[in-house]
Amino acid sequence: MSRSDPLISVTDLRKVFAVRGEDRKRSEFVAVDTISFDVERGETFGLIGESGSGKTTTGRMVLGLEKPTSGSVTFDGNDLAGLSDLDMRRYREHIQMVFQDSGSAFNPRRSVGSQITYPLKLFRTASPAEARKKALDLLDRVGMLPSHFDRYIHEFSGGQRQRLGIARALITDPDFVVLDEPTAALDVSVQAQILNLLKDLQRERKLTMLLITHNLALVEHMCEHAGVLDHGKLVESGPVDQLLTNPATAITRKLVDAVLEPELTAAAG
Amino acid sequence: MNAVTGAVGAGRSLFKVRRYPAGGPMPTEVAAPKPQWRLAARAFGKDRMAVVSLVVLLLVALAAIFAPLLTPYSPIAGDPVDRLAGVGTEGHLLGLDGQGRDIWTRLLYGGRNSLTVAVVPVLVVFPLALMIGLFAGFKRSRAGEVLMRVLDVLFAFPLVLLAIALSAVLGAGLGNVMLAIGITLIPYMARVAYTATVQESSKDYVEAARAYGANPLLLMFRELMPNVVVQLLVYATTLCGLMIVVASGLSFLGVGVIPPTPDWGIMTADGKNVLLEGIYHVATIPGLLILVVSLAFNLIGDGIRDALDPRKQTS
Amino acid sequence: MSADNALDVKNLSVDFHTDGGVVHAVKNANISVAEGGILGLVGESGSGKSVTSLAVLRLLGSSRARITSGEILFRGENLLDKTDKEMRAIRGPHIGMVSQNALSALDPSFTIGAQLVEVIRLHQGVDKATARAKALEALELVALPEAKRRMGAYPHELSGGQRQRVVIAIALSCRPELLLADEPTTALDATVQKQILDLLVDINRELGTSILLVTHDFGVVAHVCTDVTVMRRGDVLESGTVDQVLNHPKHPYTQGLMRSVPRLHPDDASRSVARADRRLFEFHGDTTKEQAEKENEYVA
Repeated sequence: MSRSDPLISVTDLRKVFAVRGEDRKRSEFVAVDTISFDVERGETFGLIGESGSGKTTTGRMVLGLEKPTSGSVTFDGNDLAGLSDLDMRRYREHIQMVFQDSGSAFNPRRSVGSQITYPLKLFRTASPAEARKKALDLLDRVGMLPSHFDRYIHEFSGGQRQRLGIARALITDPDFVVLDEPTAALDVSVQAQILNLLKDLQRERKLTMLLITHNLALVEHMCEHAGVLDHGKLVESGPVDQLLTNPATAITRKLVDAVLEPELTAAAG
Repeated sequence: MNAVTGAVGAGRSLFKVRRYPAGGPMPTEVAAPKPQWRLAARAFGKDRMAVVSLVVLLLVALAAIFAPLLTPYSPIAGDPVDRLAGVGTEGHLLGLDGQGRDIWTRLLYGGRNSLTVAVVPVLVVFPLALMIGLFAGFKRSRAGEVLMRVLDVLFAFPLVLLAIALSAVLGAGLGNVMLAIGITLIPYMARVAYTATVQESSKDYVEAARAYGANPLLLMFRELMPNVVVQLLVYATTLCGLMIVVASGLSFLGVGVIPPTPDWGIMTADGKNVLLEGIYHVATIPGLLILVVSLAFNLIGDGIRDALDPRKQTS
Repeated sequence: MSADNALDVKNLSVDFHTDGGVVHAVKNANISVAEGGILGLVGESGSGKSVTSLAVLRLLGSSRARITSGEILFRGENLLDKTDKEMRAIRGPHIGMVSQNALSALDPSFTIGAQLVEVIRLHQGVDKATARAKALEALELVALPEAKRRMGAYPHELSGGQRQRVVIAIALSCRPELLLADEPTTALDATVQKQILDLLVDINRELGTSILLVTHDFGVVAHVCTDVTVMRRGDVLESGTVDQVLNHPKHPYTQGLMRSVPRLHPDDASRSVARADRRLFEFHGDTTKEQAEKENEYVA
């Protein structure tokens, strides 16, 4: 299968933090160590890693929230580093993020509706009335009610908060959405609803998605291609069907073996 | 989140889903959401101590404002004949002070000065400290750090000592006292605003706002400020309670209001002289009032803090 | 419920008095841990599973929570009849507890060695030297690497998995008959999770400690437990051996839960569908979608 039309192209991406260690000496911490991967249009790419693997930092660099120490992130052929301020702002319309905990990703002192419409006001792509209508339509699409527009984030349950987070991410009609552990904080029964919703939305809106998670079963369910990060290095990447059934590296194998499934094998129990 | 909080949280989330009991009536229309301040007021109302304190404070303030209506006497001219008359003397419910002035009257008129000195500097410094804290705390730039270090220098001096020194330099009198107190308050309030800003800046919603392109000014004023204001407000309220004591202390030491202007601190000072003679009411009564008002401010501050905690607000 | 159960919870009901009314966190629950067995108490948030384990240890705190009925039978006695003093003698030597967040379970100001020694001396009354030896033993029992050196370490110097091992060591230091573990691995990475769970299985096998494991994850249950009890909104929905409940779930809720979780190894039916078209079984407890939407409407 030719992978020739990536929407996002990460090349030799590297992020080094200057830290002061316990011995008070300045040292470097390499959070992301020269990784490269492509995300094809319309597909979901899984970035797998446990805590400290550098996956969140990578996600932030792709979003432009963090400047890489070296290497590049290319969106639709344009290198992010070379974008002017104006272009960078335009870039942000096309790429959005759903946070792990939407509860903390919303300002507790402003209504959720005002926060959902805010990107539109910022980018001046819609009048206040249009923005409100668009937000209400999106709320409906993600399974919320119009009355929820004026409420505050703490009034909602975990699943509802994620729906609101998804609505806000989609308000500017982005082409690309980064999902950072979108269901980790949710109950099992709610996870299924959110995942199904994401798949439906991906099809309807032709979204390209980057899924950052440690949950291999989730990657198997959502992604065609994935990469495994360990201590900042991309140890393996490829089609999910191959990666998870026949891992080539010891690290991936260890991750696969650590997954606990409810199905009892003949050996266990 | 430890297990107990989790358990109570579980109970709470359970409640949130089953809001109406099974079989109960289902309203056809969802009630309009209440504005946040009304929810806050309701949460505040649940704290009995805070409500009582608020009532007490309002009464004191109103009494001070309407002083002429509540007493026929003058606060500065007294009849020395009856000096040091005790509590319950005919015509003078709280007695007379060393110069024959009615204590109740001096409390009322003195309240004007004491309350003003306690509240006005805090009010005036509030926006200044907010700005300093926001700018220094958000950008974490060199300029901000330098500013905070300069303020730290002021921290090195005990609050009261600094106020005294400033008062001595500026001279006594109501305006100068307020100025002195205001200046000493700046580092305290700025630091609280700064800490609050730093804490809030690392939260996810700021990151989310950044992700859709909000520039730093927008982030500061639209996202951070509402959250920082609340924390500063709680601190400011309790600070008023402290300032009553500080202002009274300054007057007590003679660097506050100029006699014969009444204020609770000076009244306490006047009463100090006759304590050894066994006459207590002149010093104790204003002292008690200072205590009560200071306590009231503190309890109101607690109430505000709890009321503005978003998690406590249920509509 | 036979006489040789390590723990028998009978008709337990727990109410919480919140600002908005009374919440029935646990309703007439019957839960048993077999002697030497590992029971998985499974449920989503709000199911009452954590409240149950706290109730067993009488750690609910009396201001808001009230145990309104039932018995908790342990070693032939009803724990609900015990005085505070008697409960304190039980917590530690007879029932140990491991909670979710090991970092907050450990005092950050003291070394882990000191915390272990404190617990041992409190319940076993031995001198410092003996206590230190026992502490070291406990750390080796939980396979903490470089145990001797780590005795002098502070909690923040250890990784999440190591901290959880220490918490388990403290819980086991007095060799209790029963161990309550409330989501002990939820905050840990998957690889570490497996190690900790394997550790619990080892302990169960070597020491014979019965374990009540509270979790939301059926995968954990399949890997570790001998028996399962499923809870939802305070009710016990079904109980049985792991084989019974996981392979032949009777209650639609349990069935729904099993079907709604994404799998690392999907079955053939799922594989035959293109990934973009694959959907998980969506259910809203045992209500319909319309009912759930109505409930959605009335969330405060």
